[in-house]
This record gives sequence, structure tokens and C-alpha cells, in this order.
Amino acid sequence: MAKIVIDGIEYEVNPNNNLLQECLSQGLDLPYFCWHPCMGSVGACRQCAVKQYRDTEDKEGMLVMACMTPASEGSIISVEDPQAKDMRERVIESLMISHPHDCPVCEEGGECHLQDMTLMSGHNYRRYDKKKVTHRNQYLGPFINHEMNRCITCYRCVRFYDDYAGGTDLSAQASHHHTYFGRHEEGVLESEFSGNLVEVCPTGVFTDKAFSSNYARKWDLQTAPSVCTGCAIGCNTTPGERYGSLRRIVNRYNSEINGYFICDRGRFGFDYVNSEERIEAPLARKEGQLAVVPKGQLQSAIDTFQGSDVIGIASPRASNESNFALRCLVGDENFYSGISDAEHEATQLILSLAKDSAFNAPSVRQIELADAVIIVGEDVTNVAPRIALALRQSVRNKAKELAEGCNIPQWQDAAVRELAQHDRSPLAILSSYATRLDDIASDIVIDSPTEIANIASAVANRISGHAPAASSDEASVAQIAAQLIEAKRPLVIAGSTSGSVSQLQAAANIARALNEKRGDVIDLCLLVSEVNTIGMSLLVNERNSLGAALEKISNGQTKKAIVLENDLYRRAAKQKIDEAFQKVEMLVIDQLPSATTAKASLVLPSTSFSEQESTYVNYEGRAQLSFQVHRNHAAALPAWRWLSDQQSGDIESLINRCAEEAKNFDKLDDLLPDLNQFVAGMKIPRQSHRYSGRTAMKANLNVHEPKQPVDDQSVMSFSMEGIPATKDSAVLGAAWSPAWNSNQSISKFQEEINGDLKQSHVGELLIERNETGSYLSLDQRPNNLNENLQVAVAYQIFGSDELSAKSNTIQERMTDAYVALSPKDAKSLDLNQGDSVSLDGNGNIAIACIRSKMKQGTVAVYCGDNDIDRHSLGTTIALSKVTEAKMKRGIQGLIVSDLCEEGY
Amino acid sequence: MSLEIGSPLTVGLILFAVIITGALLITVERRLLGFWQERLGPNRVGWFGSLQVVADMIKIFTKEDWIPPFADRFSFVIAPGIIMSVVLLSFAVIPFAPNVGVIDSNIGVLFVLAMASLGAYSVMLGGLSSDNKYALLGSLRAAAQMVSYEVFMGISLLGVVALAGSFNLREIVEAQSGGWYIIPQFIGFVIFLIAGVAESHRLPFDIPEAEQEICAGYHTEYSGMKFGMFFVAEYVGLVLIASLITVLFFGGWLGPTFLPPIIWFAIKAFGFIAFFILMRAAVPRPRYDQLMTYGWLFLLPLSLVNLLVTGVIILSTQ
Amino acid sequence: MVRLIVDTLLSQVRTLWLVFMKLFQKKDTVEYPDQQPYMFPRWRGRIILSRDPDGEERCVACNLCAVACPVDCIALQKGEMEDGRWYPEFFRINFSRCIMCGFCEEACPTNAIQLTPDFEMAEYVRQDMVWEKEDLLINGTGKYHDYNFYRVAGKKIEGKDKGEALNEAAPVDVRSLLP
Ligand code: SF4
Ligand code: SF4
Ligand code: SF4
Ligand code: SF4
Ligand code: FES
Repeated sequence: MAKIVIDGIEYEVNPNNNLLQECLSQGLDLPYFCWHPCMGSVGACRQCAVKQYRDTEDKEGMLVMACMTPASEGSIISVEDPQAKDMRERVIESLMISHPHDCPVCEEGGECHLQDMTLMSGHNYRRYDKKKVTHRNQYLGPFINHEMNRCITCYRCVRFYDDYAGGTDLSAQASHHHTYFGRHEEGVLESEFSGNLVEVCPTGVFTDKAFSSNYARKWDLQTAPSVCTGCAIGCNTTPGERYGSLRRIVNRYNSEINGYFICDRGRFGFDYVNSEERIEAPLARKEGQLAVVPKGQLQSAIDTFQGSDVIGIASPRASNESNFALRCLVGDENFYSGISDAEHEATQLILSLAKDSAFNAPSVRQIELADAVIIVGEDVTNVAPRIALALRQSVRNKAKELAEGCNIPQWQDAAVRELAQHDRSPLAILSSYATRLDDIASDIVIDSPTEIANIASAVANRISGHAPAASSDEASVAQIAAQLIEAKRPLVIAGSTSGSVSQLQAAANIARALNEKRGDVIDLCLLVSEVNTIGMSLLVNERNSLGAALEKISNGQTKKAIVLENDLYRRAAKQKIDEAFQKVEMLVIDQLPSATTAKASLVLPSTSFSEQESTYVNYEGRAQLSFQVHRNHAAALPAWRWLSDQQSGDIESLINRCAEEAKNFDKLDDLLPDLNQFVAGMKIPRQSHRYSGRTAMKANLNVHEPKQPVDDQSVMSFSMEGIPATKDSAVLGAAWSPAWNSNQSISKFQEEINGDLKQSHVGELLIERNETGSYLSLDQRPNNLNENLQVAVAYQIFGSDELSAKSNTIQERMTDAYVALSPKDAKSLDLNQGDSVSLDGNGNIAIACIRSKMKQGTVAVYCGDNDIDRHSLGTTIALSKVTEAKMKRGIQGLIVSDLCEEGY
Repeated sequence: MSLEIGSPLTVGLILFAVIITGALLITVERRLLGFWQERLGPNRVGWFGSLQVVADMIKIFTKEDWIPPFADRFSFVIAPGIIMSVVLLSFAVIPFAPNVGVIDSNIGVLFVLAMASLGAYSVMLGGLSSDNKYALLGSLRAAAQMVSYEVFMGISLLGVVALAGSFNLREIVEAQSGGWYIIPQFIGFVIFLIAGVAESHRLPFDIPEAEQEICAGYHTEYSGMKFGMFFVAEYVGLVLIASLITVLFFGGWLGPTFLPPIIWFAIKAFGFIAFFILMRAAVPRPRYDQLMTYGWLFLLPLSLVNLLVTGVIILSTQ
Repeated sequence: MVRLIVDTLLSQVRTLWLVFMKLFQKKDTVEYPDQQPYMFPRWRGRIILSRDPDGEERCVACNLCAVACPVDCIALQKGEMEDGRWYPEFFRINFSRCIMCGFCEEACPTNAIQLTPDFEMAEYVRQDMVWEKEDLLINGTGKYHDYNFYRVAGKKIEGKDKGEALNEAAPVDVRSLLP
């Protein structure tokens, strides 16, 4: 801690930071553009000028850029100094010289950092009477709008997109006052994190295209703190609703998980909530057709699904509460897992590793601290995208180390990058196909799934001789092992989505070997595929797999099943499911119609993530609370409500009950905020204090305004009533602070910049680590290596997640199911890029995608939005060319580095 | 049937006259207020606006009568009924003329005071049952104001009672044949006048319903005929206070014989009604705390002194 | 003390007397509707949505009027034309709530929403006081004749390319090396 004096007042600050950051940490208002809390300073905009004095004698002082000046002990500065103020006003005046007169038709308006800073600096009128520089815009794909005129050349966009997120197709072009930020030619922005440009750009150059087509100003959105349900990371989000439809999702700061950024699946994959296909009313089968159940008959129809012989099938995309309510209804014994058997097996292994005291499940923030990483078999970018972004930061730890050696502060972003050039911390990727992280990897091994497991085993064995013996002729094994041993904080990443338990086991062995060798707790990051896979699996008995449930059905031991928010056709082979469905009467609760609801005898509509308060458990075992944002206007209820007596009960008591009764969930109730902790025990409003149109929105229906809906389930209110979060952020939806309308206002809610939010907690880690484990022997399935090809499963960020794939915006970026194979295999099968291929000749059709880096003899199959029945594929398949096949989208949108050209 | 005290015809006529006067007053007041504010006031319905009262009546009877869903239905509905009946009941003891009146009660003064305190319930219930913060504020103010001013209203009358030696209003009138009590009881009269205005919460003491502060106070949520009842009751209350002043301090029906007694009564009462309206046009509303301080710290001691002095004089002259 | 009381009393009496004397003065009332009063052009009455000099809808659905409105009686939804123009998909004013404060007009950056001298807006049915865009949009420029927002703004629309707005230079050629 250092003492500095700002405008005559002494402050305790962190000398490792710059003055701007420390001024903001202290809650002072100082305008800035190019500095970003997460990306450091480059001093490009000159907006953050302050006066610095040499000592108390110095009355003159000199102007410095706060973001480029360290907050060193004894500094004396002035923010309010007239000269500094004048400089800031002039700087913004010149930044605005060519700024268009666009605010009314700018999507950024009302949450524009440029507007805020202009006001804060005091600039009013444009005095410059020459012509404004203009630019042409580019088409940047379905996610992002481009309006280049509004740029103030702060360089934040390219610093995020290229430097931080590793994108390659956005750059600063031209020079002087012609500088242009765009692609080399029009086209889709490739990065999976392009959506963050919307929040990073302080102006309206990059705006949310999907939001623009269904637009509302920030102050008009009804918001609540929510959790993304796109994957198992559980990034924190703020969805916004207006006139009954969900409009957009933006990042919500969580220091442990997503920080300032989320991925495009999370940002754009929500509009299935507004879908016309949503199930609106309870449906029952009548003469073979699903028809709306008359009100009076509903309860009796639901009641038929009670009794000791009814089984319940859980869901990894349903909340803990819904799963728990189902378990309470059908009983422990009849409560079955809702994921495929292979995934169930892998997840159980993950849970046992999660209890092992030798390991730590790293949060995203901790992943950024790793300085040597090995990824075993997981396609992180497509399965857990936000972690891929964290890994891009982890490889920069080398640069940070170098900078420390040269006494360069970490926030000197340009200097640190310049110093390190291409020096990176090691990242080894073992995978069956080239991944999107290959550009930062130090070692890339592409091989068949079995071989990957083998190589990983060899690494483990290399680290410690106690690990099961394995041999591999892969050259990099020794190097990878050495890197992991030498690192300060090594990290092993594996997971259940590779579909190969042996890879998971091998990865666990690497971590254990490291633990043995180094004696410290090893970061072992184990990925699962869906938002609540871990939560659901914690509630299910180990032997109650989906396979066991299907067996029970086909044995005739049960005639009735309740399926919770799950399309079982995605969980097991179609033929098996078909068979089972013939023997069982089903109650299916879900949001959208699916192949499973089509077979149900009773379908009950459930609410989406934004229409209910719920908790989810992420990949680390971190439980988080997600609030209800808006109400469902049809008859949908949260699934747990359908499952409780008379559709009654409240969420808080259910969470309390779950904490009491369910093993491992005892900390769940700590997530619930206590109304008494808020000002005068008043609720937190979901609507901003400037929410407009309240007396006109529904006036066309009836000029008598309805009473504001009351939320008796939550600490939030469905209106402007209550005390909004101003400085405390225990329940913080959209951040807003006086004079800070943009998302940069988050700094007012942080303990310090990049620190935790005041009064809020970052979730509860549920699983206790108190077991000790041992090395696992690899579970290599016999490989009948005939002339067939080995199958690896491939994922796509846009398409592999069931619900987000139903969203229109995401669909524009989806591809058809494809099978990726090496040029040699393609040649021998006489396949061309884009040909249709039949898999095993059983009706599964995919597009051939020839990739130069595929290993010969291995194919990667991407199943599309369940277009290919993945569970019917064996570990090997035969491919054959088919002539006619109608495909929806083709694979044009595929973004991989090694796609072979047409005539490879 | 004949015109004598308590005969059904008399009772019917009085009831009719009182209510009609109350309703007419709405128009008269608007007209007078208009004149005193350099306006014309309502002048479009009928000859010089004379049928305005009919239009007002039609309007108020046909207006949507809305009971807010959050209100407490029962008390919400009975509150306007209470005030109406209480005010009308007070007229039972008023001696309009030697042979005109409803009853001849020997506790007339007490009866009037009792009814006045019952009126507070109506206002309180109306405000509380509305479940509206303005209504609640209004009813709190009304309760405090009415309870306080009742005290010196009662005490200010005691001088008159002592002079007349009776609680019977008829006897009080007759006792004034030698001279109106306004002379010996001038202070009592002033206090009664002020307390009377406060009791009927008319401007300047309309603090419980101050539009500008608490948007109509206890009857914020009322509409249609229920509001109409509150409204008419206020005017009937005005007539009542004017009648009481006439009876207690201005010799009731007494007057030179070229006019019948009932006309004398009406002229005097109307004089005071007009004075009340003038007050509304001219005097601004005090602050709530000023009203209370004024009442308890000034009017109360004053009325006690008045009573004391009256008592001393009566005793010393006997 | 006594002085104060006497003074106060006298002042009240004087007030009453002065007001009473008004009875005999000439009245100020204008006998509307027999006699039509002169309405000032900037009188704040019925609200309209105007068109720009080219005859296009002026409102760009920026929502500023809605947020400025103290009684929140304006609700609208932004839509976008093919060519990039913003417009309100619906625009609703609940006149039974409007207090004619004119804040909306003050806030409007395009001069689209304007208050007019028409004050005769009474309706028998309250529902009829809810006005939609069809009812509000007039066929003229209202009080402000020349302003055309899109001629000033940088956004490209049909008939006005980048660089063609007021005070704009032709678009930059990114590939050029010239200064
Ligand atoms: S970027 Fe900001 S200042 Fe510029 S037009 Fe958009 S809202 Fe206005
Ligand atoms: S586009 Fe936005 S982020 Fe990029 S330089 Fe311009 S203003 Fe800054
Ligand atoms: S005049 Fe005032 S109250 Fe009426 S719509 Fe405009 S801003 Fe709202
Ligand atoms: S302020 Fe003007 S341009 Fe903006 S929405 Fe209102 S009327 Fe339209
Ligand atoms: S923020 Fe300091 S120069 Fe840009």
C-alpha cells in the first residue's frame, strides 16, 4: 500500500497500479477511453489527463496521463486542477470533431461511454467548422453492426479482439485521422467473442445487431442478475426484457468467473425464449393428437403420474430446484440421470475427482493464472468458450514474468506485449482435430481418441513413475511433462465431452502425478457439457443411469415416467428410446416442443431461464443463483412448480429444503439474499428508475392501468418500486451510477477495480474435498481396427447446445452436421469437400469436411442440432458417399484453420 | 297534518330543505367564488347558470362509481353514509322557527356536539379503508384536527349555555329576546366560528383534503355518488354550522315582525354561509402544525378564560 | 403581543373586505365557446407527430420523449427500414395521463413531436384518449419547417450516402496512402 494525495486528500492505494485505476478504485470520476480494467493502458486517447506535482513545494505541476503514471508512494496529483480539466475538455472536443450527429439513431445512446465522458468533461458545442471525416461500414455477420463514423480511435476494439481474444480478422487500417477499424473485407467476424466488442467499444461503432432489430434503450429494460445457461461455466449475465419479450443479454461482472467478457453463444443464444414455438398450455394426448387440457381436468391428469412405480428422468439443463422437486416426487430410487450413459460414467468420475483433496477445480480467474497448461481431448473453444478466452490470458503469464524482470508494470500493456513478442507460457493440446486454440499452443498433438489417451498416460508416467505405465513414440511427451513440472501453477484440462473416459482418466493421472511430484494441490479443470450437469449428477444415485431407466421400462417394471426438460433422443440411441417410449406413458415438462414431447401423453410448459428464479451448479461445483427477469405470459410454470403439490410453494423454501435434504447441497441456501440486508427491507426493483412508458405500454388494451404485478417469490419487484442498487451490489442487474450510464459504471460497484463486487458473493462451492485417491487404470475399450475409421466427437459453439441452437441469431451461424476427415482418407473414399456422406449407411447423413490436419484413420463427427444420432455411432464407422441429400445450411460458416480448399 | 314540531310534514320539509340547500350551495359557492376571483363562475346551464345544480346532480349520479380493488369494501362503502347521516341528524335539534323543528330536546347543544364527534369516524374510515397513502395522511390529519377543535368548540358554547341556563336550543333562542348573545359572548362566538370551520374542514382549514398537498386526502379514492355524499355532507355541514351560529349567537328566528320568523332565520343563516364562502375565497390555508399550535396554545386558553369570566360575571350579578 | 394579535386580526378583516369588494368589479372571464380565445402558437395542447420537409416521418424512435415524460404516458417501439432509417413501429400517447408539460417536445432531437394550440380534447370514453401513431402523425412539418434530422446525422439512408450529410467530407478510402 502506498499513500498518495489527490486534490489535497490522502488515499491508500496499490502502488502496482496506475493512477487512473486507483482514482476509479477510490470512487473518483475521471474520464477515460482507451484504458480498460482488464486490458491495461496504452495512453492512446489522452483523455485521462491529471496534474502531478513533484512535491508539496511545487505549485506549477505538470500534466500527465493518469493511466500511464504509476500510483507510486508520495505522488501528489490533482484531478480538479483547472488546467487538467481544460485539457480534458479540449481532448474530447477534438475526439468529437468528426463524430456524427447520431445519438438518436445510435444503439449505444443512453449507455454510451462517449456520451458520459463528454458530459463529464464539460464539452458542449462543436466549434470546428470544417468537414467531418466519414467512413463506409462493413457487413460483419449476424451478430454485430458496424457504424464506423462514430469511432474515436481509442483502439480498444482491436486490443480486445486481436490481443485479448486472439482474433485475426479485425484490424486498424489506414492512418492519421483516416484510421479505420474493420475487416480486410466484408464478412462474418470469426472470433467466438466478437459480441464483447459491443461492450468494449466506448461508442456506437460496434453494436448488437440482434438487439437492434428488437431494440429498447437501456433504461427501458427490465433486468435482473442471471446466469448464462449456454454451457457449464455459468457466466453471469444481465438479460433485459421489454414489452414481454427478452431483448438482449449483456455481461454481468463476476470476479471469479466471467469478469468483463462472455462468449457469443451466451450473448446471442437466448431468443428461443421469445419463440412462437414455445409450449403455451398443458397438452394431453387425445386420439393420438396433443390437445390443450381443459382447466378442470389438469390436476387429475397430473395426478395420474403419482405412485411408487413412476420414474423420473432428470435434466442437466434444468435447475437444481426442478431436479430436486422431481426427486422428491418420485423418490431417490426412481430418480434417474438425464444424460447419456457414457457422459454419466464420465461425470461420476469427475465428481469423484472433485472430492479429491489433491486437486483444485480452478475458477476462470484461476485458469488465467496458470503458466503451463495441458488440454486432453477437449475442444475448449466450442465446449466451454469462456475458458478458451481465459487460456489465452494464461499463456501471457510468460510475458508478465518477463516484464516483472524488467521492472515494467503489468498495466503497461503495449510495453509488456512488445517485450514478450511471441514468448508464451506453454500450452499443450492433445486433440483429435485442430482446435481454435492451436495458434497459441506450444505443443499440438492430433491423433485418434485412443491414442490421445495413451499419449496423456505417457505424460503422466513421465512425470511420475508411479503412474500406470504407457509408452508412446510421440516426441513432445517429455517436453510437455517437463513444462508441467517446472511451472509455478500447472493446469490440466479434460472433460466428459470428448466422449472418452480413458482420456479423462489419463488426464487425472497427469494431475495426480504432478501432485505427487510437486507436492502441491494441482489445478484440474474438468469440463462437462451443460449448465447443470454437475448439479443434476450430484442429486442422482450413481447406479441410476439413463440406461438403467430404459432397462426398467423395457422390463415392464414401470409404466409411467416423468421426463424433466429433456429431449431423450439426444441422450441415447434413437432405436432404444423409440422402444422404451412404446412401453411407457410419459409426462414431459419442457419449454419447446421436441421429439420427446411429441411422444408424451401429457406435456406441461415450463418457464425459461429468464422466467424463473433458480440455481445452477457449474463445472467447478459452484452453485449460483439466477433471478427471474420477466414473467411468462402463457401458462408456463417453473418445472419444480408443476412437480410440487397443487403447483404451489415458493422457491426460497424449496432451496432451503434442498439445502437441508440433498447431500452436498448444504450451502445452497447461502445464495439467497436476505431482504433485511437491504435499505429498510425494501425490494430491489427490476426496472430502472427511468423506466418509461408505464402508463402507455398497455393503454391500448385498457386505459385503466393494471396493478403492478407483485413478486412474492423473490427479493426483487416487477416494477420501479424498491431501492435500486446504487453502491451496494448484492443484487445487481444492470449497473448504473450517476453520470455513468454505460457498462463502465461497474467500477462504482467493485471493492477496487477488478476486485469483487461490494456485498455480493461469487457463488458457493458445494463440493468438499476430503478424499484421497489413487492412479486410475485406463479403461481402453477394445478397438476393432478394421478398415473403419475411428470416431471423435466434434462440437460447435453455435449448434451443439440444444436451446441456444433454437435461437434465430445463432442459427444464422450454424452449420450442418459434418464429418471431418483427412485428405488421404477423403481421397481413398473418393470424397470432395462438401459432398454428402452416409455414416454407417443407417440414414445418418453428414457433409464431408476435409481438413488438412486430421490424422489419417480418424474422423471427427459433428452431429449438428442432433441431426445425427450420435449414440448409435460406434467407436468406429464406415463412410460412403451419397448423391442426393438436402442440407439446410452447408458448412460455409465453419471457422477452422485447416479447411482444405475445393480441389485439395 | 300541520306545521308543528315533530310532525311528519315538518320533518319531511326540513329534510328536503336542508338537502336541497346543501346541493344548491355547491352552485352558489362556485358562483360566489367566481365573482370574488374576478370570474363568472358556472353560468351556462339554465338562466344565469341556475340549473347548474341539476347538471351537477346528474353528473354525480351517473359518474362511474369505482371501488378500488385494494380498498376495504365494507368500511369504504359505509364511510360516506356515516357523515351524511350524522350531519343530517344534527339538524334534528335545530329550532328553525317557533313551530318548526324536529324535536324539542333539552340537551340540544350536547347532541350537536356528540354528532360532530361522530363525523370524525366517517373521515377516518374513508381514509383508512382506501389503502392509499394520501387518503391515510388525510384521515390522520382529519382525526387530529377534529378531535382537537371539538374541545374548544364545546367550551366556547358553555358561556352561552350558562347565560341561557339551558342546553335546550329553543330556550337559548328565547333567552336572547333581550339581546343577542353575540354581545356578551363575542369571544365565544369567534372561537365557535373558527372551530366550526375546522370541524367541517372547510377552507382555510381543509387540511385533511388539501388538494395541493395530498390530492384530496381521505376521499382521494372516492368517485361517483360516494364522493357526492362526502361533497354534499360538507355543504350540509356548512348549513349546520351557520344555523348553529344563528341560533346560539344571533337570536335564531327572532327579528322584527314584518317578516315571518323562519325567513329571519334563513337570512341570518345565509349571511354566515356567504361569509364562509368569502373566507374560502380570501384566506389561505395554514400549515398543519400551525393549525394545531393555534388551537391548543391559543384558542383553548382563550375559551377557558372566556368561560371563567362569563362565570364570574354571572355569579357576581346574581 | 397584543399588537401582533390586533394587527393579524385587522389584516384578516382587510383581506376579507378586499376580496368581498371584488364582487363589484368587471370579470376577466372569456366566454368560451361563444367567444373563441386567441391561442398562442406555442400553447401546449394536443400533441402531434410531424414529417420532415421531404414528407418522411420525422420521429426516429429514439425514445427520448418517452423517458422525459414525467407521467410516462408515451410508449413506442423502434423499427428500422430497409435503408437504415429508424421509425416507430408503434407510437402511443395516453392522453388521459398527459399533463401537457411539453417535456417531450423539449427532449425531441428531431422536432418530430410537437404540442399544438388545440386544447379541445375531451372524450366521453376514456379509452378514446389513447392515441396511436395513425392518430398523431400529421402531413406537415408543424411549427418547425426546415429541420431534417437525417440531413445532419451521419447515418446512411436512401438518397443520402455516407459523406453527403451537412458538413461531411466524402468517405475515406482506407486503401489510399495519401494524407
Ligand atoms: S456513439 Fe455515443 S455519442 Fe456517438 S452517436 Fe452513438 S450514442 Fe451518440
Ligand atoms: S471502433 Fe470503438 S473501440 Fe474501436 S477504436 Fe473506434 S471507438 Fe475505439
Ligand atoms: S406533454 Fe408532458 S406529460 Fe404529455 S406526453 Fe409530453 S412529456 Fe408526457
Ligand atoms: S423524441 Fe422525437 S424522435 Fe425521439 S422518439 Fe420521441 S418523437 Fe420520436
Ligand atoms: S485512458 Fe489514459 S490515455 Fe486513454
